[in-house]
Amino acid sequence: MLELRIEGRSFGLPVLGEIFTTICQGDRICLLGPSGIGKTTLLNAIAGLDGAMPDAAVPGRNKMRVGYLFQEHRLLPWRTLRQNLAIVGAGDADIERLLASVGLAGYADHLPDQLSLGMARRAALARCLAIQPDLLLLDEPFASLDPVRATELKQLILDLLGRYPTMAMICVTHDARDADELANRLWYMDGRPACLQWDARVESRGAVEGVVEKLRNPGQMV
Amino acid sequence: MTARACQPAAWSYWVVLPACILLWAVIAATLQTPLLPSPGEVIVALRSEATNGQLWFHLAATLARVTVAFVLAMAIGTAIGLAMGRSTRTNALFDPLLVVLLNLPALVTIILMYVWFGLVEVAAVLAVVVNKVPNVAVTVREGARSLDPKLESMATVYRFTRWQRFREVWLPQLFPYLMAATRGGLALIWKIVLVVELLGRSSGVGFKLHLAFQVFDVATILAYSLAFIAIVQLIELALLQPLERRATRWRQPETAHA
Repeated sequence: MLELRIEGRSFGLPVLGEIFTTICQGDRICLLGPSGIGKTTLLNAIAGLDGAMPDAAVPGRNKMRVGYLFQEHRLLPWRTLRQNLAIVGAGDADIERLLASVGLAGYADHLPDQLSLGMARRAALARCLAIQPDLLLLDEPFASLDPVRATELKQLILDLLGRYPTMAMICVTHDARDADELANRLWYMDGRPACLQWDARVESRGAVEGVVEKLRNPGQMV
Repeated sequence: MTARACQPAAWSYWVVLPACILLWAVIAATLQTPLLPSPGEVIVALRSEATNGQLWFHLAATLARVTVAFVLAMAIGTAIGLAMGRSTRTNALFDPLLVVLLNLPALVTIILMYVWFGLVEVAAVLAVVVNKVPNVAVTVREGARSLDPKLESMATVYRFTRWQRFREVWLPQLFPYLMAATRGGLALIWKIVLVVELLGRSSGVGFKLHLAFQVFDVATILAYSLAFIAIVQLIELALLQPLERRATRWRQPETAHA
């Protein structure tokens, strides 16, 4: 579905090396790796933020649609949730439905700054879904949420993935347990410039934590 | 600091201004010279100008010039300022010109425009626009440089059209800068328009001041000045402040989080 070919990115220093892989419909990829290795840079490159969009072939569409949940909500602070969703093309009925699906029914006329961090993040997630994305990019969606909210959001994302089975996802996370619950495919990034050192399907629940542990301590890998 | 904290209490206007008028009346009564008419005489002059229609005619002429010059200067200055703030190449191209234009005395532009284009309306308005555009451009450039790159990338990911990006992402962020340019702009444009009228038009407050100056009619000069101040304040209270309140409403809610 998506042929991902990134020639490398450098900002003074080389950050990303050459990355070449394929993303399929329904892939739920968790992207792990040390802090500052370039995970967000990779997401930005996939979203086409630093120049050309990667090649993508989506059945029935001439351009791949990417929904990107940034670390900050990046909603327009001067627009209500309703207006924020309308700007990306959601119709009136869709707006109510989308907000309800992320647990924000009744908040359509609130401004983003009137919401808590977790709510604003869910509102931003609703905006991702409003464009009916082929690929959903999540940049540390559970960061700075308390454990209860993080679990709620994780459950919400799982529900949404179940509801849109053809949508692919790439989720940056630090937590192997998150990856274990969300992923059916695992990417591990490391090195300088950073490359995908590990790209594998996840066969069963509970397998990820062990893999991540080994990846983080390559000395123990025998 | 909020606007509220900068603004002195309303009563100060009701104390300071009447005190000044009282002082003026006392000095005028003591000196007894036509060069300093009393407040009463100025009111009489104002009323006679208002009843014979001169006041409204000339105020309208000035207002029309101010409006046209203001709209043109804001549009051109905003476009140039945005381009300069967004592109280093455009900035390199325009910055030296701005330095020259910012330091060029308004009077020189006015004289040159009249010399080159004749004593016509276009020359008058053009002179004001040329004077004002650099100020607007410099202010808007600062705004354009401070645009949030995070919202930019959001707009790119969600494929905002050019117009959406301008209206939904840039304009709200530029608003304080545009407001500053508007305030500074109006104050400057009023003054330049008067000089333009004084030098080469046969209507407007500047023209009227010129006539009154030739016969040392200080009462009429002061009468027009008062009318002028009133109009400027009216625009501030009736137009600018409501606009500002409306556009910054989204900032207000430091209300309880839902």
